[in-house]
Parts: sequence; structure tokens; C-alpha cells
Amino acid sequence: MAGEAELRLRNQLSRLRSLPLLRGAKLSGELQRLQRQLDRIVAEPSDEEIWRSVELARHPERPYTLDYVDRLLEDWFELHGDRQHGDDAALVAGLGRFRGRSVVLIGNQKGRDVKERTRRNFGMAYPEGYGKAMRAMELADRHGFPVITLVDIPGAYPGVTAEQHGQGGAIARSQALMARLGVPTVTCVIGEGGSGGAIATALADRVLMQENAIYTVISPEGCAAILWRDAGEARKAAAAFKPDAAHCLELGVIDAVVPEPEGGAHLDHERAAELLGDALVESLEQLESHSGEDLRRHRRVRFRTMGQVTASR
Amino acid sequence: MSERIDVSIEHKHAPQEDGGRPHPNTCPDCGSHYRDDELAEHLNVCPQCGHHFPVHARERIRQLFDEDSFAEDASELRSDDPLSFFDLRPYTERLAEAELSTGLGEAMLIGRAAIEGQPCQAAVMEFGFMGGSMGRVVGEKFARACEGAAERGVPLVSVTASGGARMQEGILSLMQLPKTVCAVEDLHDAGGTLISVMAHPTTAGVLASFASLGDVIVAEPGALLSFTGPRVVQQTTREKLPEDFGLAESNFRYGHVDQIVPRPELRATVARLLRLFANGR
Repeated sequence: MAGEAELRLRNQLSRLRSLPLLRGAKLSGELQRLQRQLDRIVAEPSDEEIWRSVELARHPERPYTLDYVDRLLEDWFELHGDRQHGDDAALVAGLGRFRGRSVVLIGNQKGRDVKERTRRNFGMAYPEGYGKAMRAMELADRHGFPVITLVDIPGAYPGVTAEQHGQGGAIARSQALMARLGVPTVTCVIGEGGSGGAIATALADRVLMQENAIYTVISPEGCAAILWRDAGEARKAAAAFKPDAAHCLELGVIDAVVPEPEGGAHLDHERAAELLGDALVESLEQLESHSGEDLRRHRRVRFRTMGQVTASR
Repeated sequence: MSERIDVSIEHKHAPQEDGGRPHPNTCPDCGSHYRDDELAEHLNVCPQCGHHFPVHARERIRQLFDEDSFAEDASELRSDDPLSFFDLRPYTERLAEAELSTGLGEAMLIGRAAIEGQPCQAAVMEFGFMGGSMGRVVGEKFARACEGAAERGVPLVSVTASGGARMQEGILSLMQLPKTVCAVEDLHDAGGTLISVMAHPTTAGVLASFASLGDVIVAEPGALLSFTGPRVVQQTTREKLPEDFGLAESNFRYGHVDQIVPRPELRATVARLLRLFANGR
């Protein structure tokens, strides 16, 4: 496995090692980061490790968007409502100060207890949620605020009203809006990156993934139900479609893996937030000097060329 | 259409195909049964009740575009197997089988075409090729169709029929959503037009990406246009589904499509749109 991504990282590493240490500590930090990513790729996860990621990504004690907001943002002001007809509690959006700059943060939100879970609809957004996300992104674009999105959604809600209110169109338009933004955009998948519901808010300049997050085209259970005709074969499905961070990095779908505390983010919310904050700020700093036009162009080229078909049968 | 002949009675109890499934030429709405040539003559629309049968991509091109105007592009593109995906059967085997049964290299045909003399770019999906699922080649072909339309300064006409993203390509198939969305945005920035024709079924990843971004969206009668299919919605929510759940008619009522256009009027309708967007050019 590994292959191309490994080579790319090895090249980067050797280039950095041969540079005179002009930027001192920062550069050595970069070296360590690349080495860590390299180690992760070289050690290809086994089927058991992939399933463990699925379980950790869904762990009931895993930090959710608002847990990170509490720890990473100052002066948080939550925006409610899509300005059409509703407010979707499964997706939160708001303004806050993140390490010295105003940002718009958008994230899927699950609930911690039974009551909260129901209120948040298990994190499954309605079209109204994407409407709110779009409104918040437009606000960011108008004021030059970077957009951070945290993705943690089992899937967009599969309900009658959600369809009547245009779930498919909402997901399409949210992506289209992200493709137009002239401000830096960073996404991190912090739990479940479930299908269309996830990509609606993940068309970003930088896409990160926490170590134990998963990013999938369909839930392992859904895939198993269709291809194996048995939802109980979810482990097999997960092993086959490889939703873990290491594989997503290898496939070029994400830019970097954000480390979690030993044993998983659920064991230490504080440390998980620090590590996420560091990764987000690093990405933002890489983007902030670019013009809106540059950002837009690179963002579109990135997705246009992602996973390009190389061979004909 | 007073000259139409009712062939339905003698065929109503035509023997069912294997597994109790009705014959593909038997109308699921009224039970009328047709010969291949009868259906083809009526654009695969039931002359009795107006039910729209599926149309294969090549046949769709014959119906919609000017005779011999279609010049296919990127026909050489074939999917590979990025994940070495294996469920009950290897993905490569499913691909080979789909190519054999449809005679197509992938689930989308793209190319240059014209309708009533108006030039356009075409992207037409084939549901028979692995459920019209969108993997990397379908995404690539659609993006190239957008680029071709922008280069030639002509509108892109897409006809969709798809069950969504192709699971066998894992996360890379999900990435075809942003890829095709970016392609439409580039086309729009270049002053281009996307006319989206949604045929049965246009669902999941295709509905949640380029198909919904048409400057104009028209749908065929009775087409299922839903992000999640009725079976999954029923199972997940245990809600009672409305009769017309997810159908074009319901989508029209809720404001998600501009017009429902019966197939016999589709060609003239798209031609009218092409003239309007060409604006005398």
C-alpha cells in the first residue's frame, strides 16, 4: 500500500531536513509532523484497527463540536435559524475568536443524553441545517472571516419532511457555495464523516481528519445491507471500503491526520482540543496570505483532480 | 391518439420472467404489454397510461438530440479498482459484466451534440450500468463535459438516472460530488449554462451534486428524485410515506423542479431552452 502518499511525504521530509534551520523550532515541528504521518501510513491499519476507528468515531463520550467550541473559541455567539422557516439543532453555526482572529465555525452536533440526542436528531441534519450553514458562510465571505467546519454526522436525515424540503438540493447548493467562497476554509472530520451529509460542509481548502475519525460514502451498515444483503456484515463492509484516516490520507482525500490523545479523544477532551486547535491554526496560517481568487482556484483544482483516474482497462 | 391499438388485453397475463418479476416491457402501472418496436416507437412511454419506461443512454441520445449530431468524447475512459474492492464478488468483475450487458464503458456518455440545430454538450447517464452509480470515471466525464461546454460556449444538457455514488470506490466516489459541483461552478463562472433533465431515478449523490445545480431543472413524470430512497426512509423513521413520496410530482409541488415534461415534449422543450440561453447568438 502506501505508495504515492508515502513517497510524497518522504520527499517533503528529505527536502526539509536538508534546509538550513532558518525557522528554527517551527521547522523541526514540521519535521516531526511529517514523520508521524509517514509512520501512520507505513503501518497500514488492519481490519480490526479499521473497525476500532468506526467504534471510536461513534464513541458516546467523544468530544462533539460544542465541546471544541468551549475550549477553542472565545466570545462565541451562536447563530440560529436559516432565515427561511426553521432552526436545525443538529448543525450549529456561530461567530467566535480563534487564536486572535474572528472566525465562523460550523459543525454537526450530536447530543450527550437521551433528551439532547433527540433534540439534536442524533446529529442528522435537515435541509434547514444546510440553509443555516450557507447563511453563516455568506456572512463569513462578506466580512472576510475564515470558515472552520467540524464534520460529525452519521448521514443527512432520511425523513419525509427532509425530502420534501429538498435534502439533495440543499447538499448540492451548500457545496456550490463553498466552491465560491473567497475566504480560507478548513474542515476537520472529528467523528463520523457520513456521506452527502458530510461533504455538504467539507468542500474546503484544507481537509483534516482526526486519528480515529471515519469518512465514508455510506455507513458500513448501509453498505453491508446493500452489497452483502445483511447489515450485520458491517465489519466486512468497513474493511472493504477503508474509511479510516490513514487510508483517506493515502488516497489524497485529506491533507493531514490530526493526532488524538493516547487511546482516543474521548479520554481527554482538553488535550484533544489542544491538538485540534494547533492543526486548525496551522492550516489557517498557510491560507491567510492568499487572495480570495487564489483560494477559490486552488480549492476547485484540488477537488477537480482528486482521485483522478490514471489507468484504462 | 385515437389510432392507438389496445394490445394490452391479450398480453395482460403474459408469463412472468424469472423470480416472479414482471417482463420489462409490461407496464407496471396498467399491465399493458408491448413489443420492443412498439415501445421504441412511443419513446418508451406507455401509449395506454403514459407510464415512462426507462430509456437506455444510446436510445435517449437518439430521442433527444438531432440525428447523427452526437460525437462521443472520452469513450476510452474505464474505471479501475482503487480499493481492490471485494464484496460478494470483485468490483472488477461487476465492471466487466456491466460493460458486457450495456455495451458501454461506463455509466455516462458525454459528447458534442445538437437539438433542432442548436449546438450543445451532452452528458447522459445509463442506469443499466451498475445502477447508474457515480464513480471516478463518471465524475471525470461530467467534469470534462462542463469543460467542453465552456470551451465551445454552448450549454450542457445532462440527463441523469442514478442510484448515487458508487460504493465500490469508497470515499473516492463521495469525492465525485464536490468534483462535479466544482465543474459546474467553473462552467457558470465562464458564463455557461447547465440544463438538468432528471429521469427516473435521480437519487442520492447525483441529486446531491450536479443534477440539482442546473440553471433549469426539468423532470420526467413519475421519476423518483430523492436523496434517500423510500425503503430506507420507511425503515429508519417508520413514518407513513405519502403516495407520491420523492416523485417528480411531489418535488414539483415543493418547488424543487421547474417543470415536469412528458418525454414526447422533452426534445422541443430543451430546444426552446437552448434558444433562450443562446439569446440570438
